[in-house]
Amino acid sequence: MDATEIGLWGVPLAMLGGAIRVSTPFIFVSLGEAITERSGRINLGLEGTLVFGAMTAYAVAVMTGSPWLGLLAAAAAGLCFGLFHGWICKFRGVNDIAIGIALMLFGSGLAFFFGKPFIQPSAPDLPAIPFGGWSDVPQVQAALNVNVLFLIGAALAVFLWWAFRNTRAGLILRVVGDSSDAARAMGLNPNTVRLIATGIGGALAGIGGAYLSLYYPGSWTEGISSGQGLMAVALVIFARWNPLGCFAAALLFGGAGALGPALQSVGVTQGYYLFYAAPYILTLVIMIATSSSSRSLAGAPGELSITK
Amino acid sequence: MTERFMLSRRDLLKTSAAGAALGLASASFPISRAFAAAVTVGFIYVGPKDDYGYNQAHAEGAATLKAIEGISVVEEENVPETVDVQKTMESMINLDGASLIFPTSFGYFDPHMLAMCEKIPDMQFRHCGGMWNKDKHPMNAGSYFGYIGMGQYLNGVAAGHATKTKKIGFVAAKPIPQVLLNINSFLLGARSVDPAITCQVIFTGEWSLAVKEAEATNALVDQGADVITCHVDSPKVVVETAAGRGAFICGYHANQSPLAPEKYLTGAEWNWAKVYKMFVDDLVAGRPLPNFTRGGLADGFVKMSPLGPAVSEAARAQFDGTLAEMMKGGFSVIKGPLKNNKGDVVATEGQTFVEAAIELESMDYLVEGVVGSTA
Repeated sequence: MDATEIGLWGVPLAMLGGAIRVSTPFIFVSLGEAITERSGRINLGLEGTLVFGAMTAYAVAVMTGSPWLGLLAAAAAGLCFGLFHGWICKFRGVNDIAIGIALMLFGSGLAFFFGKPFIQPSAPDLPAIPFGGWSDVPQVQAALNVNVLFLIGAALAVFLWWAFRNTRAGLILRVVGDSSDAARAMGLNPNTVRLIATGIGGALAGIGGAYLSLYYPGSWTEGISSGQGLMAVALVIFARWNPLGCFAAALLFGGAGALGPALQSVGVTQGYYLFYAAPYILTLVIMIATSSSSRSLAGAPGELSITK
Repeated sequence: MTERFMLSRRDLLKTSAAGAALGLASASFPISRAFAAAVTVGFIYVGPKDDYGYNQAHAEGAATLKAIEGISVVEEENVPETVDVQKTMESMINLDGASLIFPTSFGYFDPHMLAMCEKIPDMQFRHCGGMWNKDKHPMNAGSYFGYIGMGQYLNGVAAGHATKTKKIGFVAAKPIPQVLLNINSFLLGARSVDPAITCQVIFTGEWSLAVKEAEATNALVDQGADVITCHVDSPKVVVETAAGRGAFICGYHANQSPLAPEKYLTGAEWNWAKVYKMFVDDLVAGRPLPNFTRGGLADGFVKMSPLGPAVSEAARAQFDGTLAEMMKGGFSVIKGPLKNNKGDVVATEGQTFVEAAIELESMDYLVEGVVGSTA
């Protein structure tokens, strides 16, 4: 077999590569949202945070020449957005979903405004670790070029899954999320916990944005996110607020998204619009398959405004 | 209820008086403007005007007008193809005093630009694309477009010399006639070098989808394509991704060589500066503006990026030869005998379609050698 002729093997390979390449922003946004929602709040504004994070990371990387500083700045910007959301939502009668939508538009708009001068210049990329060195096939090597953020995201998912159950902070988060009254009886201030949780969620979304602009696809344009932040928020519900589930769902989404281009590249060219809908069809199928009337919304935090 | 009605009758009188005054004022407004020395031209873009692509090409054209004395340019970016563009056109005319508007994106034409043509009949509107039809559309509207397929043919010539795998790739947005002509031209250009070359096309389904364009580029390189070009609004992502994977690039819309100087072979660029200058000259001289404007390489509507360092001597010679041939006029990219990739004949022996042939504006096939499908 010629090294450049991989034929139909290209499809599973592209899905593997796509899962690794495309999933990272989904992982970070959905993990961030999982933390926020576990505390009993929904932050729909993460799409805006993602876009703003992408812009900030790119701008700082262009100006300083360091992608890591860009990443840090994106996380800081995300933190500010998250804290802002958390702070406004502590006031009586404020609806977290409405604020989220407002912040989504605000974040994108602000990113477009400040991002104008950074569309043209090229920023340095975040490094990737080549895990494909064992293979002679360049396609395998390319697919296994794994960005460090993906690995951090994977580790973070496992850590959060463990921490939610086994640490004091995890317990506090879950108590506040399930019952404000119980939390208050324990002497906890739900607003403070939610403020911190939303802040951390925002910071993680900012990091997801940095991945978009500094690694894949690796440039700042105004259409860079095209709704990925919103999808990631939906993934949290799909994953039933479980960090490991978020990670799996993000991988599934990334892999399914790579299906359309990969099939066209091997000559399956009919009906590509249908293949592009694959991630959404898959989500629907799994939702239907796993739904049950007896345990609907199992795992949902009790204080969440969609369950109240 | 009656009370409110009484009040509103008085209000009605006041309002209608004010309305009449306003109407008079606005009616006299264009006349007074026509005598003003300065001419204002409005440009509307669907995306950012520095996107290394479609919008940048138009903005570069607009920028050359700014240098002309007596011409002022107003621009607005990121205007969606919705009723928003009508508001933008209206404010450009009423607030900025623009007398000629160029809404540059495909979706601005129907119904938005047409509605404005009717509403403000003494202003001129010219749309980028091939939509204007003299039987159907008002005379203060019009369209202009360039035959950039020739440029993609020349891209193909450069690609044909550069490819080692005999496989080249095309990231396309939607299967509309202009895009299909570009894909076909790219392959036919490459086949003029080596008839064994094939071109793999991937449609992303949208004009601007960064992640999908990157995935499509990766998929093409994975399947062995080693020269990539595209027809999407902003080729930046495709160019950077392809160069990152070690493939050569042929550009589109604008010059993308700064993004990948080593890997960039050449590119098919718009030269809107020439077209906009033409319109503005007519406007200043008081001549009627043309409604139907088309041109290609020979007319200066389209130009090629300078050849990159990776282009071989043989490629350069054939490129220059073909370009000289095209500049003479009458060059046909689509000529018989030619089949589409389903095996049907699309041009018989001896049949040729020059770039201006109206049949090409309704192209619905991919030629033999293109791997891909239009639906």
